[in-house]
Amino acid sequence: MKKQTVDSRPAGPKPWYDPRIRSIFFQFIAIALVFWGGWTLVDNTLSNMESRGISTGFGFLDETAGFGIIMSLVPYDATMTYGRTFLVGLMNTLLVSAMGIVAATILGFIIGVARLSSNWLVAKLALVYIEVIRNIPLLLQIFFWYFAVLGSLPSPRQSVEVADSFFLNNRGLYLPEPMPQEGFGLVWGAVIAAIVVVIGLRAWAKKRQLATGQIFPTFKVGVAILVILPTVGYLAAGAPLEWEFPALKGFNFGGGITIIPELAALWIALSLYTASFIAEIVRSGILSVSKGQTEAAKALGIPNSLTLRLVVIPQAMRVIIPPLTSQYLNLTKNSSLATAIGYPDLVAVFMGTTLNQTGQAVEVVAITMAVYLTISLAISLFMNIYNRAAAIKER
Amino acid sequence: MGTIMTEQTQATDPKKPVPSQTENKPDIIRVEGMNKWYGDFHVLKDLNLNVRQGERIVICGPSGSGKSTFIRCINRLEEHQQGKIIVDNIELTDDIRNIDTVRREVGMVFQHFNLFPHLTVLENCCLSPIWVRKTPRKAAEEAAMEYLERVKIPDQANKFPGQLSGGQQQRVAIARALCMKPKIMLFDEPTSALDPEMIKEVLDVMIELAGSGMTMICVTHEMGFAKTVADRVIFMDGGEIVEEAPPHEFFTNPQEPRTQKFLEQILQH
Amino acid sequence: MAEPMLKPPKSAISPITWVRQNLFSGWYNTLLTLVVGYLLVIGVGPVFSWLFFDATFLGSGPSDCTGTGACWLFISERLNFFIYGFYPDDLQWRVDVMFGLLALSFVPQFIERFPGRKWFGLFGLTGLPVVGYFLVPGGNFGLEVVESSKWGGLMLTLILAYIGILASLPIGIVLALGRRSEMPIIRGICVVFIEVWRAVPLITVLFMASVMLPLFLPDGMNFEKLMRALIGITLWQSAYMAEVIRGGLQAIPRGQYEAADALGLGYWKKTGLIILPQALKMVIPGIVNTFISLFKDTTLVLIIGLFDILGTVQSTITDPAWQNVAIEGYVFVAFCFWVFCFGISRYSQNLERKLDTGHRT
Repeated sequence: MKKQTVDSRPAGPKPWYDPRIRSIFFQFIAIALVFWGGWTLVDNTLSNMESRGISTGFGFLDETAGFGIIMSLVPYDATMTYGRTFLVGLMNTLLVSAMGIVAATILGFIIGVARLSSNWLVAKLALVYIEVIRNIPLLLQIFFWYFAVLGSLPSPRQSVEVADSFFLNNRGLYLPEPMPQEGFGLVWGAVIAAIVVVIGLRAWAKKRQLATGQIFPTFKVGVAILVILPTVGYLAAGAPLEWEFPALKGFNFGGGITIIPELAALWIALSLYTASFIAEIVRSGILSVSKGQTEAAKALGIPNSLTLRLVVIPQAMRVIIPPLTSQYLNLTKNSSLATAIGYPDLVAVFMGTTLNQTGQAVEVVAITMAVYLTISLAISLFMNIYNRAAAIKER
Repeated sequence: MGTIMTEQTQATDPKKPVPSQTENKPDIIRVEGMNKWYGDFHVLKDLNLNVRQGERIVICGPSGSGKSTFIRCINRLEEHQQGKIIVDNIELTDDIRNIDTVRREVGMVFQHFNLFPHLTVLENCCLSPIWVRKTPRKAAEEAAMEYLERVKIPDQANKFPGQLSGGQQQRVAIARALCMKPKIMLFDEPTSALDPEMIKEVLDVMIELAGSGMTMICVTHEMGFAKTVADRVIFMDGGEIVEEAPPHEFFTNPQEPRTQKFLEQILQH
Repeated sequence: MAEPMLKPPKSAISPITWVRQNLFSGWYNTLLTLVVGYLLVIGVGPVFSWLFFDATFLGSGPSDCTGTGACWLFISERLNFFIYGFYPDDLQWRVDVMFGLLALSFVPQFIERFPGRKWFGLFGLTGLPVVGYFLVPGGNFGLEVVESSKWGGLMLTLILAYIGILASLPIGIVLALGRRSEMPIIRGICVVFIEVWRAVPLITVLFMASVMLPLFLPDGMNFEKLMRALIGITLWQSAYMAEVIRGGLQAIPRGQYEAADALGLGYWKKTGLIILPQALKMVIPGIVNTFISLFKDTTLVLIIGLFDILGTVQSTITDPAWQNVAIEGYVFVAFCFWVFCFGISRYSQNLERKLDTGHRT
């Protein structure tokens, strides 16, 4: 807010000594430099691409890709377009990231809590895990799982099998696939109904507790509802679910769900590696809740289990969540190491094969970077919203 | 408000430095119709003040009255938005050259000392003579030692600020400001962050400095210091100068009700 | 309370009491200890015998690896390749000199009372790269040229990490200052630069450097593969460095800026003499931590066809002369990385603790 009276200033400074003019000048130079640099790059790139006969533009996305991809969540074959390869790669990246995030979070929380265990052996074991895993490069761990462990599994004919329905060999892990039949919609309906009922129950229980002080065992009853209602629906619809079992056909298995070793190795390595970082975050988060807080809770006569739930965890979560989300971001970025073992993620499929075939480096790299940038911005947006919410609670 | 009589108060206190003979001296600071806002908040309202060379001014007032902001405007740590501040015949405008010149002539002592923790006491003192005044290192160090002697801590010259007590740190801060050989010294609550037993050692240094004829503006709550040293006491409240008088008059016969209330509160104990 | 009022002083706790308190306090803990201990014994035993007791250490070739344990012969036979890559045997002394100088610069940093260790460290940051610039590639002072395509192994890993961190430091400082600038456009440029690099995985950066950099450059100008990787790594790393340094800048109290202003120091003098020295010292642990993650991330260069230590091992374990040596190879690389990273992280933790207590007085 500038409230200047010009007349009170006899003579303005010489432009060179006016910080405002200086700052405009410097910023102008900075913009000019950025544009000049950008222009040089674009100019060089265009002339280089022309001399190499590479076409420009995003038209290639509609061309036929002509290569196969070993795993895809959406229907894909070699006759589809490069645009489709992008989608396949993106889905695969998101799949392994989501799987990794779930596993790493569970494992990380367990190890983080174990690190604080009063049992010396457990605490030290957790410490050793953290210090070993996080000081070894992730790529090496991926290689280890892929080449050394999964690579040494038996061939399909000598598969490790459990109950004739689970098979493990060097081509992957084969699981029976549930095939919903007609009438399965009832089960989904029952699941949704159960969720609604539980939410309603929680609200009612809370209201009742506020009014009468009685505590309703929401958790136990809720779990029971969530299990019983869908089961009833399932039986009522006449058990409309069949399983497709994997079976050996020739040299390989067919049918069922296949977890290819590339996915398994990447998933295991990403989860174990990230868990070691999450464990440290959890540990310091819990430690950050000062001892005085627990003591205050004890002094109020709150029992230990409730103290953890009502006092320690809410405060620790506030410390844990921001670094935790950045670990999720790291995990997603690290999933791009898939390229090294041939798991068809975004980087491997799109920045690898598609780029090699089309030669359109600028477009492909730009799209890929845009995807990661979007993920990262989305996560920081979430973090900002969370931080704001947490900060409000503090006042 | 340009002509303020500096009434000569009787030198009853033996510690009191010779009253400054400043009637004939020229003004070294002139503040005319100065206003400042933080966003929509009007912190300083139409301030006018003239300070003659060698004059010693104490500014007091309740917290949040804008007194610190006011003296921080005098060396442009804060920007004013309306009116004029002229220091040593240089008007403080956007001109960075002017700001640099003024800052060279104005020393400042902060409430929290603000010594540079990564430099020794001596380096703290020499830094700005060497880099701003372009004094040769040896001369700067000799001068710095002289000032450190004057604030009575020459033996701590090679220690780091973190190793000194609060009172010692504040005396270093005074020496550091003096090393630039400033014409004016600003004190922003120099004793507020100190333990009671250390306040005296800092005030002694300041009284000695006052005796040497330095132009001083002090924001302080040390009313004893104001009585002994000040030529004028200024009382600020709500961003305005409420009252301005020689200490004798100010303490014995305050005119404004707000001043009376403030003095009552502060002198109760 | 059944407990006695006076607990025995700590020194008097006997091993038995300690075991009871830390392993067998209550049925739950006892069960936990027993289960975990059992798993540990049946798990660790075979690993140890594979690693040491049944392993083959001595011999002259693959045929000597007959035991059921690890074949460490594989490592010792190919060690030269793992350390120097294709660097010619008779010129390897040049690399050895660099290893020696590196150790000389940084080992003293771990020893508290080492006289003048600051100067050794300073040499490591300034003199060492200069010496390396002339010594490793050769071409001057009558030294035979060794193409960068022949560099490999541990040596390449160290070069990538070291140059990456060193070159990204000044860029990171500039970016961090820019991000805290009062000029919105400068700040905006720095924010975009930092956030874009931090959002993308290193592998895309390396791809970009190896595929797109040649397109960006004017005709006839090109870099070797190693140089391209270094450019990519440096730009990527500088964004992380900037964020670390920004943390330090933010931690400097406002009074320091004000005191510098009041003394009449201009922006550059204020930044160079007052703010940066304090901020950088504060973020040394952070810089060391980024160094550790960069050090681990350098393994990614094998994807664009450079032979770092993992790359050399990966290319050797498929050698038909040696059977099933993958695990030995990976364990060896893991051990190398672990020793480096664990050691350095311990150092940075110590430093952090010291700075923590030393700063506030």
